[in-house]
Amino acid sequence: MNIIVCMKQVIDLEQIRIKPNTREPVIEGLPLLFGDFEKCALEEAIRIKEVHGGKVTALAVGSPKLRDTIKEALAMGADEAIILIDPIFQDSDAMGSARVLARTIEKVGEYDLILLGDSSADEYSGEIPPRIAELLNLPQVGFVREIEVVADNDQMSEPKKIRVARDMEDSLEVIEVDLPAVIGVTSELNTPRLAPLSAILKASRKPMHEWRSDDIGVTAEEVGARASVVEMLSNLAPIQDRKGIIYQDVEEGVIEVIKALQQEGVLTQ
Amino acid sequence: MSGILIYSELEEAALGLLTKGRELATKLGKPLSVALLGNEAADQADIYFAHGATQAYVGDDPNLTHFQARIYAAALAQMVTQAQADIVLIGSTRRGRELAPRLAQKFSAGCVTDAIGLSVQDQRLVIERRALGGNTVSAKVITSQHQVIAVMPKLYDAEPEAASAGEVIPVSLELEPPATKLIERRSKEAGVVNLEEAEVLVCVGRGLANKDDLSLIQTLADSLGGMVGCTRPISHEYHWLAEDQMVGLSGKEPSPHLYLAIGISGQIQHTVGIMDAKVIVAINNDTNAPIFKIADYGIVGDLYQVVPKLIERLQQELGR
Ligand SMILES: Cc1cc2nc3c(=O)[nH]c(=O)nc-3n(C[C@H](O)[C@H](O)[C@H](O)COP(=O)(O)OP(=O)(O)OC[C@H]3O[C@@H](n4cnc5c(N)ncnc54)[C@H](O)[C@@H]3O)c2cc1C
Repeated sequence: MNIIVCMKQVIDLEQIRIKPNTREPVIEGLPLLFGDFEKCALEEAIRIKEVHGGKVTALAVGSPKLRDTIKEALAMGADEAIILIDPIFQDSDAMGSARVLARTIEKVGEYDLILLGDSSADEYSGEIPPRIAELLNLPQVGFVREIEVVADNDQMSEPKKIRVARDMEDSLEVIEVDLPAVIGVTSELNTPRLAPLSAILKASRKPMHEWRSDDIGVTAEEVGARASVVEMLSNLAPIQDRKGIIYQDVEEGVIEVIKALQQEGVLTQ
Repeated sequence: MSGILIYSELEEAALGLLTKGRELATKLGKPLSVALLGNEAADQADIYFAHGATQAYVGDDPNLTHFQARIYAAALAQMVTQAQADIVLIGSTRRGRELAPRLAQKFSAGCVTDAIGLSVQDQRLVIERRALGGNTVSAKVITSQHQVIAVMPKLYDAEPEAASAGEVIPVSLELEPPATKLIERRSKEAGVVNLEEAEVLVCVGRGLANKDDLSLIQTLADSLGGMVGCTRPISHEYHWLAEDQMVGLSGKEPSPHLYLAIGISGQIQHTVGIMDAKVIVAINNDTNAPIFKIADYGIVGDLYQVVPKLIERLQQELGR
């Protein structure tokens, strides 16, 4: 089974600082990592390949730092990587990013399954899987936490179906999906492996292709800032006015905190 | 071409959106209508009229069996076209989150999911949503001809308006068969508590060493008259508590008077869920834990020492 895994590099959200006077986030220069959901998607692809054969291709759109970030995907076990780096991709909205990914997937051509994180850790919008699925006219299932390949009776042929568990608010829906399909996964799916050192060293020997807009035939009219249809007016940290009274001594802390809570009137009688 | 169309498979969410939709429709000068999918949809139209819809577009098709975004988005797109709607508001349930972006893509339109605020400024619809993992709230406008917005399902309460009637408009849908089949629906273990009603909420994280130690946390919650919630690892990885007891970006966002974080590091995806708490107390043995940065009061120490002392003291002070 040939599986394409779309991965997004996101800034390390733990390291975001907020400017106290303006409430603006400071994100310049922060390290870029793959999110948990993305790694789970890749891990699942590798496990499926280990049982059913085929090929795992990791796909990512982003800044030049991807040349480094992507090595983790290769070290984990992707057979091949395609990274898309081009100034015209910059400041794409979700539609723009989905177009770049869908166009790349079309160019790759041979695929049975597209796996990706249901939502990214930074935006958590969940827009990319449905938009890619629409652009490729494929079925989609999101919030997936279990995947099982349904073997055909005819052992010789490739599997054409998977069975997934979709995590709904109050139930798990077990759904059979004809392939090819787009599946958005959550972190309950598996625990991603840590790449062993030997694999990290060998990662740069695996095929890595770097494509630009001409390689996939997209123009600045379709992607990037100019094509964006979502305009951001502001992006500020919410006002948080906390007291920040921290006790290093447990005995004192217990007494003082309970006293304070009584004064705040939050201890219900 | 202009109009607001509301859809949610969750009646409560659709009615809340209609209630808010009335205000938006007046300010933007657009008609307000609702899309109803599935059999007997027409029979239920009255309640939507009572909440402000002037038209109900109803449609059914044998291919609308279980929810599948590809088919539902196709159905809804046909309704959007017939209603000549340019703004579509969808309940941001799990299904709604899968549906809204797909519908948007059909119209090459912009989309915002998980909206936490809608307002009209300079005749434009301004949408608020969290960004950067919850570190910030961004305000956005969609500039494409169509706009699809998935709004947090409980953001607006449903309020009926004075007697009103509307028109039922049948839509004959043309849909492909789904490429998916629902095999079974497994019910989830539900938590015994509804965290959204908690006045005092005691949340526990990975600082807890064993499942059995939850009794300690429960005792503390009991002596405060509160409920127990948790971080994602506790519910989704260890399965020590029910999944609907998880607080945060992908879980519940309660607003208690008092929130206690016990053995929780304070990563943004969790803390975004308790930003509205009146008072935040943190207990953590790492003095550098980020949770202390958003706390009103904090105690640096081992929870296995601090919590029993808190319980003892509370029982002395409050007699329980
Ligand atoms: C897209 C996405 C969505 C997410 N949504 C959510 C969400 O909705 N809710 C959520 O909770 N998480 C969510 N997460 C996960 C989140 O990023 C964190 O991984 C999680 O909140 C961490 O949980 P924790 O604080 O319990 O664990 P940890 O980060 O491991 O923290 C444990 C803390 O316990 C302290 N500790 C250890 N032992 C003791 C002791 N004996 N006494 C006192 N303190 C002790 C440690 O110092 C540490 O600070 C999401 C992640 C992603 C990527």
